[in-house]
Amino acid sequence: MSEILVLVEHADGDVKKVTLELLTLARSLGEPSAVWAGPGYTDAAKARLAEYGAAKIYVASSEEIVDHVVAPKAELLAKLVSDSSPAAVLVAATAEGKEIAGRLAIKTDSGVITDAVGVSEGFVADQSIFGGGVNVRSRVTKGTPIVAVRPNSTAPVAEPGAGAEEKVEIALSDSARAAKVVERVKQERGARPELTEAAIVVSGGRGVGSGENFAIIEKLADSLGAAVGASRAATDAGWYPHQFQVGQTGKTVSPQLYIATGISGAIQHRAGMQTSKTIVVINKDPEAPIFEIADFGVVGDLFQVVPQLTEEIEKRK
Amino acid sequence: MNIVVCVKQVPDTATERKLRSDDKTLDRDAADGVVNELDEYAVEEALRLKEAHGGEVTVLTMGPAKATETIRKALAMGADKAVHLSDDALHGSDALSTSYALAETLKKIGFDLVILGSESTDARTGVLAAMLAERLGAPQLTLANKVEVDGSAITIQRVTDYGYDRVEASLPAVVSVVEKINEPRYPSFKGIMAAKKKPVESLAIGDAEISAEQVGLASAWSEVVEFAAAPPRAAGTVVKDEGDGGVKAAEFLASKKFV
Repeated sequence: MSEILVLVEHADGDVKKVTLELLTLARSLGEPSAVWAGPGYTDAAKARLAEYGAAKIYVASSEEIVDHVVAPKAELLAKLVSDSSPAAVLVAATAEGKEIAGRLAIKTDSGVITDAVGVSEGFVADQSIFGGGVNVRSRVTKGTPIVAVRPNSTAPVAEPGAGAEEKVEIALSDSARAAKVVERVKQERGARPELTEAAIVVSGGRGVGSGENFAIIEKLADSLGAAVGASRAATDAGWYPHQFQVGQTGKTVSPQLYIATGISGAIQHRAGMQTSKTIVVINKDPEAPIFEIADFGVVGDLFQVVPQLTEEIEKRK
Repeated sequence: MNIVVCVKQVPDTATERKLRSDDKTLDRDAADGVVNELDEYAVEEALRLKEAHGGEVTVLTMGPAKATETIRKALAMGADKAVHLSDDALHGSDALSTSYALAETLKKIGFDLVILGSESTDARTGVLAAMLAERLGAPQLTLANKVEVDGSAITIQRVTDYGYDRVEASLPAVVSVVEKINEPRYPSFKGIMAAKKKPVESLAIGDAEISAEQVGLASAWSEVVEFAAAPPRAAGTVVKDEGDGGVKAAEFLASKKFV
């Protein structure tokens, strides 16, 4: 079977969920090889990657890879593409994943597709563009297909692979060392999952009314193990930090469940969440356009409905 | 400091955006063209850096004749001059060709710092700045929510999943900026009038020594196989809260096995 490289996303030694999704997807297209870039590789990580079908695991654990912005990871993948001529390369469509894919495309003279929500035979990728208004199927026509796949595009399913480990040494070029990370600042986000990776996202908008009121959105999110998002109206008003903005100029999310509270659903917001699998809306305005894309909607005061929903979820646990 | 800010004209999100049925590229005539919103932050950041450190701000746009409107807006905000790369041969260029054409133009016009928005609101690939850094062999300082220049040293805060990284490099460099790095200024009346007199240099691909074999739809590295308007989502259930809206929502979530 043809080899498919999957760049592993990891944090603090843990393999992120999106990588398990990509391995699952890669199994439907060929034989996945996981590519670990940077320090933190452990037996537990190895076991996890093998559990989800990695036939091979390339490990390039040099610290230097993460000490510089993006370019080292692109050089690593380019080396592997050149050495093992895989059928395709899959990366997560995170901001950094897409940048890696872009540089890799130039290095390998290959086409790149970003924000795929599915990949089928022949590496034809599904994309949802223009705020979810148009569905596109596209494919790479030159070189090795490089596809950046959105988190939550595939349900991760375990199916063991051999997990044969192969150490990779890489000598970085001078230009890959040009942008040096001198400090990493971690901002507290509590125990909540990352917004772009979360299976469930609960967002608040203008209707939430204040920063303090976001506490009820957070409580609902925590009852579901969800991430918290916000519309631009809410972040512009300073009620919630800007990095949580879901929308055209903020984060794009594609969770299994998206709960929009107090959000009217302007196209700019929908562009960031329209590919969510299930959408639940709570809004007091029955005319709000967000109801058009709701699988389930409640027309009502979010200050009544949201706490009741949270309480009901806690009861059912 | 010679700052070049790359600005893209995009279809207005508020209008219906379409692909052309003939060649499956963006239908630029169907929608009003506006400045890509994230590029306005790039223009503002370029102007602030110029105000602090001196130098010149050049706007670089690749796009059809209509993109002149976008160039004028950036000039009205305060940029000094503009280069408009425009050629029928560029039509249908993908990110790889666009980055190639812009990189060749940047080599020709020269730069200490290239600034652009982190992505466009139409294609939304988010790859262009990284591709420019790759093609130019310049440090990639992307996804910045803060930029500081000190002589030839440049430091940014790069937004990450967990917070941010502080990243250092030397000029020349490529910077992309995220939303809210600053508050873009509105063009003043004086600025709008002055913009009409600022120099705009038009370049065809030959002027920038861009190879026709590397750009345009026929040379793209990927293709749209097919596209269709997204089918409307199946109508959902909407209930009015009669004091039990939260319970009903919980029942729905339970029916979908979310709780």
